[in-house]
Amino acid sequence: MPTTPADVLSVAQLARLRIEDSALDDVTDRFGRILDLVAQLQQIDTEGVEPMSNPHDMVQRLRPDTVTEGDQREELQAAAPSVEDGFFLVPRVID
Amino acid sequence: MNWEVVMGLEVHLQLATESKIFSGAANQFGARPNEQACAVDLGMPGMLPVLNAQAVRYAVMFGLGVGATIGKRSVFDRKNYFYPDLPKGYQVSQFFEPIVCEGLFEVPMADGSLFPVRITRAHLEEDAGKSVHDAYAGQTGIDLNRAGTPLLEIVTEPDFRTAEQAVAYLKSLHSLATYLGISDGNMAEGSMRCDINVSLRPQGSETYGTRTEIKNVNSFRFVERAIAVEAERQRDILEAGGEVTQETRLYDADRNETRSMRSKEVANDYRYFPEPDLLPILLDDHYIEAIRAELPELPGAKRSRFIDTYALNDYDASLLVDSRAMADYFETATAISKAPKLTANWILGDLAAALNRAALDITASPVSAEALAGLILRVADETLSSKLAKQVFDGLWQNEGSADAIIEARGLKQVTDTGAIEAMVQQVIDDHPGQVAQYQAADEGKQKKLLGFFVGQVMKASQGQANPQRLNALLKDMLAKR
Amino acid sequence: MALDNLTAATAVELVSELQTRRLSATELTQSCLNRIAAVNPRLNAVITVCEEQALREAAEADLMLQRGDGGPLTGLPLLHKDIFCTRGVATTCSSKMLENFVPPYDATVVSRLRAAGTVMLGKTNMDEFAMGSSTETSAFGVTRNPWNTDCVPGGSSGGAAAAVAAGFAPLSTGTDTGGSIRQPASLCGITGLKPTYGRVSRLGIIAFASSLDQAGPMTRTAEDAALMLQVMSGVDPGDSTSADVEVPDFRSQMGDSIQGLRIGIPQQYFSQSLDARVAQTIQAALDELVQEGAELVDIDLPHTEQGIATYYIIAPAEASANLSRYDGVRFGYRCEAPKDLADLYERSRTEGFGDEVKRRILVGTYALSAGFYDAYFKKAQQVRRLISQDFKHAFEHCDVIAGPAAPGVAFGLGSKTQDPLAMYLEDIYTLSVNLAGLPGMSVPAGLIDDMPVGLQLIGRAFDEATLLRAAHRFQLRTDHHRIRPTLAEVGS
Repeated sequence: MPTTPADVLSVAQLARLRIEDSALDDVTDRFGRILDLVAQLQQIDTEGVEPMSNPHDMVQRLRPDTVTEGDQREELQAAAPSVEDGFFLVPRVID
Repeated sequence: MNWEVVMGLEVHLQLATESKIFSGAANQFGARPNEQACAVDLGMPGMLPVLNAQAVRYAVMFGLGVGATIGKRSVFDRKNYFYPDLPKGYQVSQFFEPIVCEGLFEVPMADGSLFPVRITRAHLEEDAGKSVHDAYAGQTGIDLNRAGTPLLEIVTEPDFRTAEQAVAYLKSLHSLATYLGISDGNMAEGSMRCDINVSLRPQGSETYGTRTEIKNVNSFRFVERAIAVEAERQRDILEAGGEVTQETRLYDADRNETRSMRSKEVANDYRYFPEPDLLPILLDDHYIEAIRAELPELPGAKRSRFIDTYALNDYDASLLVDSRAMADYFETATAISKAPKLTANWILGDLAAALNRAALDITASPVSAEALAGLILRVADETLSSKLAKQVFDGLWQNEGSADAIIEARGLKQVTDTGAIEAMVQQVIDDHPGQVAQYQAADEGKQKKLLGFFVGQVMKASQGQANPQRLNALLKDMLAKR
Repeated sequence: MALDNLTAATAVELVSELQTRRLSATELTQSCLNRIAAVNPRLNAVITVCEEQALREAAEADLMLQRGDGGPLTGLPLLHKDIFCTRGVATTCSSKMLENFVPPYDATVVSRLRAAGTVMLGKTNMDEFAMGSSTETSAFGVTRNPWNTDCVPGGSSGGAAAAVAAGFAPLSTGTDTGGSIRQPASLCGITGLKPTYGRVSRLGIIAFASSLDQAGPMTRTAEDAALMLQVMSGVDPGDSTSADVEVPDFRSQMGDSIQGLRIGIPQQYFSQSLDARVAQTIQAALDELVQEGAELVDIDLPHTEQGIATYYIIAPAEASANLSRYDGVRFGYRCEAPKDLADLYERSRTEGFGDEVKRRILVGTYALSAGFYDAYFKKAQQVRRLISQDFKHAFEHCDVIAGPAAPGVAFGLGSKTQDPLAMYLEDIYTLSVNLAGLPGMSVPAGLIDDMPVGLQLIGRAFDEATLLRAAHRFQLRTDHHRIRPTLAEVGS
C-alpha cells in the first residue's frame, strides 16, 4: 500500500511530531517500507481468533482503597521545566 | 414545521473513594495544587496503574441500581490525545467492554408519572487534571490533583425530548448516587458533570438529525437554558435551509448561548486500544450478588413503600425520598409521632424552610427527628395549635430543649378546655355589644368577616393560646344564640 | 584470589571470596571502577559512573560481611541498564529527551537488588528508549563490541552486554522486548536471560512496549543468572502485570541431570537462510546437550515468519502511547522558548527524540489510527495468539526449544543503519518469544572468526528453572562462556 508524504504528515500531527520538508521524502520511504513489511499479515487467516493483549490469561488484581501516597510535590516537581505556586506552567491554552 | 428535540445525556460522576482509581494518592476536594498528585498520577517514567477495588464496587452498585447487566468481563482501553491536563497523553477508560451494560432508569416526574430512560452503558475511567488560564501571564497553570480521580461515565440512549425530562433525570441520578453513597453528585463542585447531545428532527421522523454535544454544563438551571438556546440555534439553522455542524460546544451562562469549542475543532482520532498495563476485570456471580445483597433500599422502591405504608401522595413521597437522609429522618420521626402526613408536612414545610434559610443540609439540622416528633405529638394531641407549634419549633431550633420543656417554659399550652374558652368568649361578647349586634344582622358572607374580630379578641385575651377550632365553633354557637 | 583475575571471575566465585573475607567488597568495587576508567573510553558501554555512591555501598556491604550478615549477593558490583529508574542517579534511556532526568524513585528491581547487598557501579548505554538491535541509536554515542571494536555489541542492552564481556562487573541488568537481552548476549559472548513475562516487576522500568518488556540478568554464567534472577523475581503489587506465582529456588536443581530432557528443534529456525556456520555452531552445541542425556525432537512453529510483522506492529503501537507522556510539560526535555502549546509539544518531541524512535512512533500511531486498527493492530494481536498457540502445541512434544539467538555474529558499526528492515531481521529468533511471553536465554556456544555465537533456549511459561538447568549442564561441559575478549586498555 503506497504511502504518501501527506499520509505521513497527518500521522505525525497525531503524534505531535514535526517532519522537516527536507526529510519528508526519506521518512516517507522508510515508513512505507516498514508498512510493506507488516502488511504481509493480511494474508494470514485469523477468522475466529481472539486478539491477544497479554500473553497469559491473567486477571486484574484489585487494590484496597487506602491512601498510601502523601504530598510529594516538591520532590516530583524538582525536575519540572516550569513551575509556579505549585502549578506546572505551559504556554496559554485557548479553549 | 414542527421540530422535535432529541437528546442523549452523558454524565461523568466522580466516585467518592478514599484514593484514586489507579494510584494511592488521596481523592479529596480542595488540596493545594499538585499536593495530591503522586508519580503515577503525573505519568512519570516507569509508573504503572493498579486498580482501586472500591471504584469497581461502586460501578457495580450503580449498575445494579439501574437494573443493568453487569459486564462480567470488562477491559480498560487507552484513549489517546494530547492536552496538558492529561499527563500520560492518554486517558485510561473503557471503550470496547464496559463494566456496566444496558439498563433502564425510571425517572419520577413532577406529575407522578415515571419516565423510562434507557441506559446504554456506564464505564470506569480516570479524570484529568485542571487548568488555570488567567493567573499567569501568557501561561496556563496545570494542577494534577484531580488526575486519576475515578469517574463513572453514564451514557443514555437519545430518549429525552424535553429539558424537563433531562433535569428530572439528572436529579434522580444525583439521588441514586447519594443513596448508594458512591458520589456526592455535586454539579457545582464538579463531582457530577453533564454533557448533552442535542439534535433536531421534523416531528414524526424516524431518523436522527445531526447532533452537537454541549459539554460540562454544571447546574440544573444551566441544563434547561442550554437545551433551550441550542434547540433554538439549530432550529434557526434548519429553517433557513442550512445544516447543523457536528461539533462540541460550550454553554456560556453569561451570554446564555452555546459556542463552538475551538480546541476541539481538530477532529480527534483517539486510537483506542486495550490498556496493556492493566488486565481484564473478571467479576463472578458471587461478587455481584454479594453487592446486590448489600444495596440500600433505592429511591424508587422507597417512594413506593412510603406511598403504600404511610398513605402519602406522590408529590410528598417523591420529595421525602430525594435524599436518603431526609427519608430516614421522616421515618424516624414518624415512628414516634405516628402521624405520617403531619410529619411530612412539618419536614417539607417549616423544617425545609428553616434549613434553606440557614443553608444547612438535613444531616446538620439542629432539630433532630426525635425532637420534631415530640413537637408533632403535641400538635396531634391538641396541646398546641399550629401557630403555637411554630413558636415551639423556633425553640427547638434554638436548642432550648425538648418540645415539652419549651411548652412548659414558655407557657404555651393551647387552651382547649371548652369551659375556659366559653368563659373568654362570653367576656368578649359582653364587652362588645355593638359588634355582636352587627354580626347578628349581617348576611353569611359578612358574618365570616366579622367573626375574625371576635377571634382576634379572644386570642388576645388568651395570649394566642385558645384552640382555634374550638374557639370558632363556640363563637358561632354563642353568637347565634342571641 | 589475585586481583587481576577479578574481571574474569564469576559472581558465584566472587561471593565465595567475599564471604570468606579473602576479598573485600571495597577492593572488588575499586577494581571494577578502575577497569571501567581504563577501558570504557574505548567501548562507551557505561554512560554514568557512580564512583562515590558505589564505594559507600561497598563499605556498607563490607560491614555486613564482617558481621556475617551477608546474603547471596552482598558486596557484588553490578550495573543497571539506563532504562531502570535509579533514585538520585540520572536515568536517560540514552535519549536527549531524558538527558537530565533524575528520578526520585527506584525501580522495584533496583530496590530488590540493592536490598540484597549489591553495589551499583553505574548505568549502561542502550538503544534510545530500547528501540534497536545495535545500541547505535543512543543519543550518547555508540557502544563498541569488546571482541571487535569496529562491531556493534547488539542491542538494545548493548552497553550491559559489552560491560559484562569486558569485565566491568560480573552482573548487569538488561531488558528484553524483542530480543534486547538475548541478542546482545549472543553477540558479546555472555549469558543473558529474559524471564517469563510477569516474572519480574516492570515498575520503575521506563516502558517501551508494555505487554512485551521484561527485565533480566546479564552475566557470565547460568549460575550467576540464577543468583540474580532469584532476587529480581516475584510479584509486585505495584505492577498489575506481574504474576502472583511461586518463585522456585532457581539454583537448587540446576545441577540435576538433564537425562531425557526433550529439546525441540523448530524446522523454521534452521531454514536455508540461516548462515551455515551459525547452524554448525548451534548443531555442535546441541550435540553437547545430547551427550548430557537430552533428546532432540523436531517441532514446528508455523507462524515464525509472521513474528517480525506482528512484533513491528504491536511494539511500536504500544510504544507510541507510552511515549506520549514525553511532552515537555512535567519532566524531560523542553524546547527553547515555545511560542504556544502546539509548538511546545512538537518541538520538544521532535528535538528530544531520535530518528528511530520517531519512526516507530509514526508506525505505531498509524497502526492504531481510524481505518487501520482492524487491519494492523487487531490483526497483529490475533496472529500473536496464533504464535502463542504454536509454542503451546510445540511444548506438548518437548520441554525446551533451542536454536540460534541471532542470525549471525556482531556486524560492523553502521552496516545496517540504512535500512530499518535489515536491523529488524536481527531479532527473528527472539521476538516471537516475547510475543508468547515465554522465558528465553542465550548462552555462549562458540566463536566464528573469533566472534561469539549464542545458543538460545526457550522454555514454558514460568519454567526458567529448566532453562537454567540445561544451560548450566551445558556450561559444565563446555568452555565457551569462559573465553574472554582480549582487550587492549585505552592508551596501551
